[in-house]
Amino acid sequence: MSEQKKELVVVAIENGTVIDHIPPDKLFKVVSILHVDTLDSQITIGNNLKSGKMGKKGIIKITGKYYEPNVINKIALIAPNAKLNIIKDYKVIEKRNISLPDEINGIIACLNPKCITNNEPIKTRFHVVDKDNITVKCHYCEQMIQQEDIKMK
Amino acid sequence: MNNKSLVSITDYSKEKIQSILEHAAAFEKNPNQDLLKGKVVATLFFEPSTRTRLSFETAINRLGGKVIGFSDASTTSSSKGETLKDTITMVSNYADLIVMRHPLDGAARYASEVSAIPIINAGDGANQHPTQTMLDLYSIKKTQGKLENLKIYFVGDLKYGRTVHSLLMAMSHFNPTFTFIAPDELKIPDQYKQFCNEKGIAYRELSELNDISDADILYMTRVQRERFLDLVEYEKVKNVYTLKNKMLENTKQNLRVLHPLPRVNEIDTDVDDNPKAYYFQQARNGVFARQAVICDALGLI
Ligand SMILES: [Zn+2]
Repeated sequence: MSEQKKELVVVAIENGTVIDHIPPDKLFKVVSILHVDTLDSQITIGNNLKSGKMGKKGIIKITGKYYEPNVINKIALIAPNAKLNIIKDYKVIEKRNISLPDEINGIIACLNPKCITNNEPIKTRFHVVDKDNITVKCHYCEQMIQQEDIKMK
Repeated sequence: MNNKSLVSITDYSKEKIQSILEHAAAFEKNPNQDLLKGKVVATLFFEPSTRTRLSFETAINRLGGKVIGFSDASTTSSSKGETLKDTITMVSNYADLIVMRHPLDGAARYASEVSAIPIINAGDGANQHPTQTMLDLYSIKKTQGKLENLKIYFVGDLKYGRTVHSLLMAMSHFNPTFTFIAPDELKIPDQYKQFCNEKGIAYRELSELNDISDADILYMTRVQRERFLDLVEYEKVKNVYTLKNKMLENTKQNLRVLHPLPRVNEIDTDVDDNPKAYYFQQARNGVFARQAVICDALGLI
């Protein structure tokens, strides 16, 4: 791929957020978290694009929108190796790996129906016990949840 | 949150466990002391457990404390829809310490975060029951003279048995060797095997209870009928995991049989008179272990 074409895929928005290096099978899950269906700004979603590192990858570019850490944490649970680019005036002003914090509050629902968090008005709290294989543990009922079983609130 | 609460056995360090066990031994020598004079302890049993409640209340009474509380949530305002937070906040105004049992997993951790006074977890659903673990440890130390380098056999329901999981975690401080004996349906979960691997603890898994000749502790648990989807399978396994007196021939002199009680049929009554049967004394040890835990939570020892 030529340099010029490559740039067309990666940059080309004036202000906004680019999430790159998403595994193709996780792309639409990430899309659903971003709630882009309600936005009227320019959105580009690409999938199965060639990637040197990953073979194939997905990318999402959203004009005029920046996301809260909580949303980024949700993405980290689905695509922990994705890259986040913050774009201002066509320049990448921040580029970082999406990574999981040690503790995730309020965004995961506990799978255990007998957990106190599913029975009283309590904000959920999970400890990330394995960042590579993504395993979280409920702070309250101590049940472990693997990545494929994680449900967002 | 106050850091004097005991919610999960992992809240205790190795040193804390050892210190509590020493105090438990002192309480066994001298159980009637006035350490709780002038103190009020609330025993809040949102689900009934007569055995555990009587053990705690005996511990409190022998230390000269007063008990308030309830033994069944159907008689309280929580049955009228009051949140756990409100109940705990209300009781915090009256008592110096809360001992609670609750049907939901995680209830005690949550209570410890909203309470101004320490919480002792007397069982939260299927999750934790740390004072049971302390009395198990006390029983092991008392009968073996030590906690280090013991061969511990866990038998029965190793999948759902929370007493097994907590004891396994607590014993991990003391270089044990574990043997897990369970039917396929009730095998020890992977996370605990992984825990043993990380801690460098040797273990093996067996599906039959026959050779127990090198065991120091035989920790029996109930194999409950309701855990089986296939009742034919239950009928097949239930007797395989029943301990009979004859099976204790050719075992070590120091072997002791423990069981968190109540038992159903996993220990034949012909074992009861064998000096290696320890489950009834084990229950008695609960009072001393709980005396030590209560005094620790109140900063009295
Ligand atoms: Zn939970």
